Amino acid sequence: MGNLNFLQHLANGISLGSLYALIAIGYTMVYGILRLINFAHGDIFMLGAYITYYGILFTSIPWWLVFIFASIFTGFIGLLLEKIAYRPLRESPRITILISAIGASFFLQNFGIVVFGGRPKAFPVPNILNKVIRLGGVSVGIVTFVIPTVTIILLLGLTYFITKTKTGMAMRALSKDYETASLMGIDINRIISITFFIGSFLAAVGGVMWGTKYPQLMPLMGVMPGLKCFIAAVIGGIGNITGAVIGGFILGLGEILLIAFLPNLTGYRDAFAFVLLIIILLVKPTGLMGEKITEKV
Amino acid sequence: MKDKNRFNNISLIIIVATIVGLFIANRTLDDYKLRIINLCGIYITLGLSMNLINGFTGLFSLGHAGFMAIGAYTVAILTMPVPMKEMNFFMKPMVPFLANLEWSFLPALLMAGIMAGIFGFLIGAPVLRLTDDYLAIATLGFAEIIRVVFTNTQSITNGALGLKGIPNNTNVWWSWGIGLLTIGFMVFLMDGSYGKAFKAIREDEIAARSMGINLFKHKVMSFTFGSFLAGIGGGLLAALLGTIDPNMFRITLTFNILLIVVLGGLGSIKGSVISAIIVTVMMEALRFLDESINLGFVQLKGVPGMRMVVFSIILMVVVIFRKEGLLKES
Repeated sequence: MGNLNFLQHLANGISLGSLYALIAIGYTMVYGILRLINFAHGDIFMLGAYITYYGILFTSIPWWLVFIFASIFTGFIGLLLEKIAYRPLRESPRITILISAIGASFFLQNFGIVVFGGRPKAFPVPNILNKVIRLGGVSVGIVTFVIPTVTIILLLGLTYFITKTKTGMAMRALSKDYETASLMGIDINRIISITFFIGSFLAAVGGVMWGTKYPQLMPLMGVMPGLKCFIAAVIGGIGNITGAVIGGFILGLGEILLIAFLPNLTGYRDAFAFVLLIIILLVKPTGLMGEKITEKV
Repeated sequence: MKDKNRFNNISLIIIVATIVGLFIANRTLDDYKLRIINLCGIYITLGLSMNLINGFTGLFSLGHAGFMAIGAYTVAILTMPVPMKEMNFFMKPMVPFLANLEWSFLPALLMAGIMAGIFGFLIGAPVLRLTDDYLAIATLGFAEIIRVVFTNTQSITNGALGLKGIPNNTNVWWSWGIGLLTIGFMVFLMDGSYGKAFKAIREDEIAARSMGINLFKHKVMSFTFGSFLAGIGGGLLAALLGTIDPNMFRITLTFNILLIVVLGGLGSIKGSVISAIIVTVMMEALRFLDESINLGFVQLKGVPGMRMVVFSIILMVVVIFRKEGLLKES
């Protein structure tokens, strides 16, 4: 394999990795606070892509504005999901709320099939993003650069929000110690709603960009990326945002490079993430950046 | 003691009534209805096997579809006649070691359970050290890996093309016979010391451990038994449907069984049995939601997928408003 080819794969890997990172953040934030795997997160990602699709098709708003509005709107859907499916169960055993999450995920998928139709839809990619540029012999679609850029901007924004603002501090407090934080006068419901909003917003941005890179929408398109991004969050150490980003990149790059170097294994692409997950769980169950949790009686 | 006798009498009456009912059903009903009755029996086995892991031992496993796939493929490969195998494997010939095998149904079914059990043990041993949510995602991952592997091992499983023409060995006697055996096994297991240990682990791991229960051994045991039963259920399903392919064994299948377990109440044998029957019949009865219906004066257009929307709403409503399950008395 030539150097140029390798660079091309690297670029693809980085852009897939940044998509995974964006989705993984939502998982890790929710898990950090509620200790819940939000199974429906992947389907929120799917909704984001579909809402953008309909926004571009049925309104005359410029595409970039549709991208932003659709992501915000999807963020509110995530917030609503928490209110309906998770909030009533906050005091219940974790298995119950996990089942509710699976139910929500299934509802959204089948809702997608009913409302959007089971057939794949072609995502209307704006012309500007469709361009292919050649850089010293490597031809790469412009989206391949746009995706990591957007991801980096959003990550910087998120880091600022979490470390510098009061709400961000409350969020960190909640994920450190739920009960003490609530005793300190933090409005738990508000913080959890904000967490879900941000997570779903980022997933929706991921969904929109996924649509521009792989322009085919299906109601079940969120299942695999959803699972993989949860794995990315676990690899990085769940509850840790930096870890989720690193996990996302490891997974995205690993997947693309695996196919590039070992084309025989292309069929096993989807298994790669799971194998990685099981290795990580066995070797370092807290993930790369996770803290050791001691069991309390 | 007297109570126990009465209980035994009642269960004896129920068993006899079931057998008589099956006998009559087998004689009078058409193929379609018999198939639903078969499915009920199979789902009883599957529901109980998941309840053993998730309900009684409190391990949250989502790997059921994978173990069913192992069972289904084992039965399919072992019972399929040799000429049929040649017809199926036209893309790439089957490995000679399997191509010339032809077993009868009972040993094949047992083998299905054993294979699934072995995999359950191999998977469980490392994964069961994890806590609930990690366990859920790891088992889900294993089920996906099994599906991906089956899609790619063209010379063993025929890959994405699937297997057609599996001998239809499953009848009501097989499906309900094994269903009843499973019920008996579960009742027996749960009454014994193992069952008590499982429940203790579910209630409080640390307390169970301080009482001298070997957590790891019991968890692996519950998981292996559950996988064994799931394999048998998968094998019965393969011999009922006659056709299998890897995509049948997606997480949707696990979800269906989870629905049965949750509706029946986690950790309730009676609940799982009743809800297995109700859910299976409902799945068929609500099929009209997916298809168009003609009411004579008005044509209602069915929407594909509506059935599953209804089922997921039912699941969520039950989980949110009635946590003990629909059927379990509080």
